[in-house]
Amino acid sequence: MGMAAESQFHVLAVDDSLFDRKLIERLLQKSSCQVTTVDSGSKALEFLGLRQGIESNDPNALSTAPVNHQEVEVNLIITDYCMPGMTGFDLLKKVKESSAFKNIPVVIMSSENVPARISRCLEEGAEEFFLKPVRLADLNKLKPHMMKTKLKNQKLEEIEELSKDENGTVAAAAAVVPEIKGSTKAEIEVLPLQQDLLLVQQGDQTLSTNNKRKSMEEGISTDRPRPRFDGITTAV
Amino acid sequence: MLGLGVDRLQADINRLLASLFHQGVLDEHFLQLQQLQDETSPNFVYDVINIYFDESEKLLRNLRLLLMDREFSDYKKIGLHLNQLVGSSSSIGARRVRNVCVAFRSASELSNRPGCLRGLEVVEHEYHYLKNMMHELFQLEQQRLLAAGVRYPI
Repeated sequence: MGMAAESQFHVLAVDDSLFDRKLIERLLQKSSCQVTTVDSGSKALEFLGLRQGIESNDPNALSTAPVNHQEVEVNLIITDYCMPGMTGFDLLKKVKESSAFKNIPVVIMSSENVPARISRCLEEGAEEFFLKPVRLADLNKLKPHMMKTKLKNQKLEEIEELSKDENGTVAAAAAVVPEIKGSTKAEIEVLPLQQDLLLVQQGDQTLSTNNKRKSMEEGISTDRPRPRFDGITTAV
Repeated sequence: MLGLGVDRLQADINRLLASLFHQGVLDEHFLQLQQLQDETSPNFVYDVINIYFDESEKLLRNLRLLLMDREFSDYKKIGLHLNQLVGSSSSIGARRVRNVCVAFRSASELSNRPGCLRGLEVVEHEYHYLKNMMHELFQLEQQRLLAAGVRYPI
């Protein structure tokens, strides 16, 4: 196992379909992320250490003990919307309601383009909403979101170290914490509910907030290579 | 001599793929799938497509059972199954299968039973055609690997 794992982003991927899990796992690995996949929202919460004892038929379910989240540092949660039991939206709400994990960026995926659903997710705090099939280019947009939590965690650790060494300087230390402003609720654009909303993919895609909603099935970006039929090399 | 075997097989593979693209059986998502395969995950395409086959056949079986039931009325369930099929077919670039699933789904949204039965038949037909083509592709790939292997004996 790589020693570089510590500096890698760790993504928790949630989907009830084995096919989709396999795909998202590969996409994330290809984006140099560490991946953990689970097949349900409740398992995702268990993994985070947030099991709330809801409709628990599983005798092995964890109790509600809040786990030191640094042991299971998750930099991003990416979840399918349509899942039996706890939907991706339910999971999103639970994460955002939890004091320990509300800062973990959450991304929702869906194969259905339902503008009302997309708006609802973004309003509830989802960073992005991806239409399936998810592409590698989509995942590139996630790096800034994950970077925020990683930096924030690092800063918090540094501050804790500082405030231990100095006496009564907690107030000063708090002032030093940089406000890493992410996409707070106030900043999220609630775009008009149009089926044919056109998205222009800008050069600097990483910081663009225009790409929060993908209402187009097929990509119109100019950065994707067109299929070439001569001399196709394939590998199995 | 052995080198020619590899080249000929590669040409066959390319020809088959070109034909599938031309027919609209596959689209560029299939190429993107291939791009996800590398040395760290050398069988990715084969593995993920086999998972697709397993899951799709389960869904198709369920759809047939639902529709064959005389007292059938759960069009919503049909819709849910089809959403899965549409999604996974899109993901692997199975454009024709995806499109006929969408048409089938429209019939289910109108609670049109004969339309659904027809839709299912069309989907089954397209699905089996795709599966046969994929098997042929995988066989060619396998042969090419073998031919390449013989060319560079260990």
